[in-house]
Amino acid sequence: MISQLRPALVMTGAFTVLLGLGYPLAMTGVAQVAMPGQADGSLVERNGTVVGSALIGQSFTRPEYLHSRPTATDPAYNAGASTGSNLGPSSAALLAQVRDRAAGQGPAPVPSGMATASGSGLDPHITLDAALRQVDRIAAARGVPGAAVQGAILGAATGPAFGFVGEPIVNVLGANLALDAAGG
Amino acid sequence: MAADLIFFALFLAGLTLMGMALGPWMARVFTGRARLLAPVERALYRAAGVTGRGQRWTGYAAAVLAFNAAGFVLLYLILRLQGVLPFNSQGFGAMESSQAFNTAVSFMTNTNWQSYGGETTLSHFTQMAGLTVQNFVSAATGIAVAVAVVRGLAARSVADLGNFWVDLTRATLYLLLPGAVLITLVLVWQGMPQTLAAGVTATTLEGAQQVIAQGPVASQAAIKMLGTNGGGFFNANAAHPYENATALTNLVQIYAILVIPAAFPFFFGRMVGDRRQGWAIFAAMSVMFVAVLLAAYFAEAAGNPLHAGITEPGVSMEGKETRFGLAQTVLFVVATTVASCGAVNAMHDSLMALGGMIPLFNMLLGEIIYGGVGAGFYGMVLYVVLTVFIAGLMVGRTPEWLGKKIEAREMKLAALTLLVMPVGVLILSAASILTGNAQTAVQDAGPHGLTELIYAYTSGTANNGSAFAGFSANTVWHNTMIGLAMLIGRWGYIIPVLAIAGGLAGKTRAEATAGTFPTHGVAFTVLLVVTILIVGALTFLPVLALGPVAEHVSIAAGQAF
Repeated sequence: MISQLRPALVMTGAFTVLLGLGYPLAMTGVAQVAMPGQADGSLVERNGTVVGSALIGQSFTRPEYLHSRPTATDPAYNAGASTGSNLGPSSAALLAQVRDRAAGQGPAPVPSGMATASGSGLDPHITLDAALRQVDRIAAARGVPGAAVQGAILGAATGPAFGFVGEPIVNVLGANLALDAAGG
Repeated sequence: MAADLIFFALFLAGLTLMGMALGPWMARVFTGRARLLAPVERALYRAAGVTGRGQRWTGYAAAVLAFNAAGFVLLYLILRLQGVLPFNSQGFGAMESSQAFNTAVSFMTNTNWQSYGGETTLSHFTQMAGLTVQNFVSAATGIAVAVAVVRGLAARSVADLGNFWVDLTRATLYLLLPGAVLITLVLVWQGMPQTLAAGVTATTLEGAQQVIAQGPVASQAAIKMLGTNGGGFFNANAAHPYENATALTNLVQIYAILVIPAAFPFFFGRMVGDRRQGWAIFAAMSVMFVAVLLAAYFAEAAGNPLHAGITEPGVSMEGKETRFGLAQTVLFVVATTVASCGAVNAMHDSLMALGGMIPLFNMLLGEIIYGGVGAGFYGMVLYVVLTVFIAGLMVGRTPEWLGKKIEAREMKLAALTLLVMPVGVLILSAASILTGNAQTAVQDAGPHGLTELIYAYTSGTANNGSAFAGFSANTVWHNTMIGLAMLIGRWGYIIPVLAIAGGLAGKTRAEATAGTFPTHGVAFTVLLVVTILIVGALTFLPVLALGPVAEHVSIAAGQAF
């Protein structure tokens, strides 16, 4: 084993330089030059201010905005400390939370996503179905026709993954930016 | 549902093709016929004093241990000293010593169990020079050991298994590094950050300040999947939108987990000069993969009966991300636990009772359904040895595999490895309960609490790294004991399997006769699957009954805890 010490030390050192510094720094360089928007986190600007990231959900509580899913992060949508609730399926605490959240969402049953916290606590999407249920509230709060709200939501929607797996989903921040841009 | 099942079928077809394509490339790499980077190799060997001469199994194992020791010490020092090291823009201090021990063991053993939250604990330097390096080399170590084992099986009366340092270097330079570069570029293209900035502050539409943590995420995520490591850049791991941005990154990452493990049987078939031998093992793996995938899918699709009437029927989204939906969530859950990956794109703690039992079951079998890089294949070799022996007993023939007699020494060593999972899971869990350390760490009451504990020790021993994360693992007891479980789970397989391979390498290869039990074909595949289920799973039926099965029955009866 002693005779293996030199290769162990040299290999560890060499791989640390190659894989721990060379590889990530080279990839950072390439990514920053070739795909700066994505490499910097897909940030979204409005009037020169960063209002968020297209990939990171944020909290919406006002009636004129499309609402995101519930979250387990503290405070809500804390993008510096991601987490899920990790409550198990038989948890009474989870059952109480689901009941509370559903109560504020109109007639039961509500879409599961709107009564449960996501894995990251930062889910940027809700299902199209869950978004369309909010059209009337948003239209009333903004004093605009429902069709305009629906148009903004559909504009931020994407179809099932690869065209056939799962449901259509809506990027909440994208829909809300479109709603603000349309006025009302 | 039909669309989801078609998606699964296409996925499996794609995986088979990738394995068939990569297997021959691995044969080129590990027989020294890939020479593109020969100058880099030569420089490295000269500096390290490596001659490249073949090592007997004892020498090979000593090299593995020496390399592990050096990697452990370096990572431990980085974790303890990150406060004074560069690339620490958030000013994180040293990690506490029992947690640093746990983390260093975790990454050295290819487990990537995390008792810390990445974005709130570690500097960019630690993530890159500490963790990313071990992501590569712990994976390369597993590959090297499996390659040595295959050489032992293919050899005709020679004493050596190849050279660990050469295998380690080739696995890194010709498999992992090019793969990781390619995957990184796809991940960044799809939106995963790759920056040295600590993060940005956004002003949300409602006027709140949102601090968004960032970093060199894509480069680390690429190797964490390809090397079946699984350690997340962020606390939420691959559920975090920056660590798994789209349905496409999800699919790419799942393939990255399974491609090298799926290629190993084909590599093995080529090396032993009989591709049917590889197909038999690949078929056994795939049959079990389909079974656990469908079991998890239907368990999750059923949804949570306790929430009936409150939420719409169908999958419970607690702990799941909208962009993946049911099919891509379940596929990830299964892929990450049949392999020793342990990255998660949904919180396993919040899966349905039976949906959460499947990942636990996958790990308890020893992660041999494709399995971890290298580790899955040498784990499977041990089951094949057992199967051949049992088949020999049943039909009254001398047990032989590839013309080599399986004798008392091989059987003793293989039986020894069967004790690894029970010791790591059952004994250490029981010790945690008896000392009161389990009760204070579990989050949920009722049978789910027991499952949280068992999952933690199973994940550690199986070198997986995923968690029922409600379990508070960051205590001196659990950091130490799970650290121990990870060491038992790594070396408890590597050393015996190298010893078996070393013994078999020296045996002459008898030609097959009419009296030889064939180790290819449907009969053998079925026998192998049955042996795995009986030998691997039976031990754990009682604890599974007390945990997830009891929880499932309680929920069906309307009982919450």
